[in-house]
Amino acid sequence: MYSEKVMDHFTNPRNMGEIEDADGVGQVGNAKCGDIMKMYLKIEDGVIVDAKFKTFGCGAAIATSSMATELIKGKTIKEAEQITNKAVMEALDGLPPAKVHCSVLAEEAIAAALQDYRERNGLVEDMRYEGCGGCCKGCGAHGHDDFDEFEEDWD
Amino acid sequence: MQDKVIYFDHAATTYVKTEVFEAMKPYFTQEYGNASSIYSIGRSNRKAIEDARSTVAKCLGAAEPSEIYFTGSGTEANNWALKGAAFAGRKKGKHIITSAIEHPAISETCEFLKREGFDVTYIPVDEEGLVNPADVEKAIRPDTIIVSIMMANNEIGTIQPIKEIAEICKKHKVLMHSDAVQAAGNIRINVQELGVDLLSISGHKFYGPKGTGVLYIRKGVRLENLIHGGHQERNKRAGTENVPGIVGLAKALELATINLDAHYEKLYNLRERALKGIMERIPHVRLNGHREKRLPGNLNVSFKFVEGESILLMLDMKGIKASSGSACTSGSLDPSHVLLAIGLPHEIAHGSLRLTFGEQNTEEEVDYLVDCLAEIVEKLRKMSPLYEDFIKGE
Repeated sequence: MYSEKVMDHFTNPRNMGEIEDADGVGQVGNAKCGDIMKMYLKIEDGVIVDAKFKTFGCGAAIATSSMATELIKGKTIKEAEQITNKAVMEALDGLPPAKVHCSVLAEEAIAAALQDYRERNGLVEDMRYEGCGGCCKGCGAHGHDDFDEFEEDWD
Repeated sequence: MQDKVIYFDHAATTYVKTEVFEAMKPYFTQEYGNASSIYSIGRSNRKAIEDARSTVAKCLGAAEPSEIYFTGSGTEANNWALKGAAFAGRKKGKHIITSAIEHPAISETCEFLKREGFDVTYIPVDEEGLVNPADVEKAIRPDTIIVSIMMANNEIGTIQPIKEIAEICKKHKVLMHSDAVQAAGNIRINVQELGVDLLSISGHKFYGPKGTGVLYIRKGVRLENLIHGGHQERNKRAGTENVPGIVGLAKALELATINLDAHYEKLYNLRERALKGIMERIPHVRLNGHREKRLPGNLNVSFKFVEGESILLMLDMKGIKASSGSACTSGSLDPSHVLLAIGLPHEIAHGSLRLTFGEQNTEEEVDYLVDCLAEIVEKLRKMSPLYEDFIKGE
């Protein structure tokens, strides 16, 4: 069901982890929908010098996060903003239809991290980033529920 | 070990046992006559079908072989039971009762009947997946035609109190059907002791061939036909009989019935070994379904902070075949309706794994599974922002 590239990025994810002193951090998605992506950016002189991610999700969610960080590394902020979910999908040799929302999430994670960077640096003039808020509209669940609401019966 | 396939998905389907395949073989190439024909190869086929019917009747504890009807699948048997009872019972009423955790072969059939004007009540289950018989009794109305409650759940393995529910149905003169597709071959089934009117099973769940099923119809129960055409199955289920399939199903059920106690013990021990290993090695794990009242070979667990499809993909790379209640494996964005019905939040349901053990599995395979799972869950948690938040105490 997945391309070799997707499987490669799933099994050997590039840039997985955190950046302690990140200049921009963005988190999108919702545990309820089964996908959360968190992206960390290190930005110097308008260039993304490092990008890392953490993802809770399926194989496609992990692979798109990995590919998205690869695509934006070394790019200027402007260039990174141009990267669409389609570009992420193409770089992975495609995704099954049910997994297209994962690539949308990756695009949104980049945007959210860049927005965070702008806010931190007083570069925001326009409206706050209004990303998905829920996840991908597909599940109808919006708003971030507390993951820890269910604490019974755990070992 | 990577080259070897380790199959822990027996609730999805099983291989056909050699003895079963051998019993079927002659009916493909030699005994190919139409069982409705008068000549000898037709007659020998007729005998094979009737012998199979007797075998199945005996294995299920039916009063007479004539109560056994062969179908093309468990799904067909379920469709026939519900639609057949609903359409035959239209004069009595339009109400159907079922549970919230049925297989789509029941729930989607109920949804179809709803569109045809019937009312359907879905009885909720408790956090272990059990239907409370009292809830069924409360739901019965004067216009209730049939109650359909599965004997054992396909995802979490919970075994329902079918006998008690059947007694209630009898008291209120309502038909009782049970989808025993997952139960057959794993726990003892005796339709007379249970007191059910209708019961479905499927051949490929107990080492028989795919494309075969049985509907038990207690004598005196009237169902509308589902498949119209020729006079096969005493005018109740048209279509030239799948003789090799029927022979295979009967042989498989016979073997399963003879070996039931040993089979149960073997699967139970494998399951317990896996559960113990997982609980000891991996933190933040939850067992889904009833601790005791469950199918011997069923293990369903949720791993917090990780997603099920990722676990499945990584297990697959290690040669282990399993299943998940995650949305990502269902093609929809919602996780398993069964896991939601037992009260799991979406995010926990997404991180579920179903392992269903079978006769050829070994303790070594189970130990390998536990090793792999410990490694995989750790790897995925390292990637998970939810786990990161948890560790940081946010």
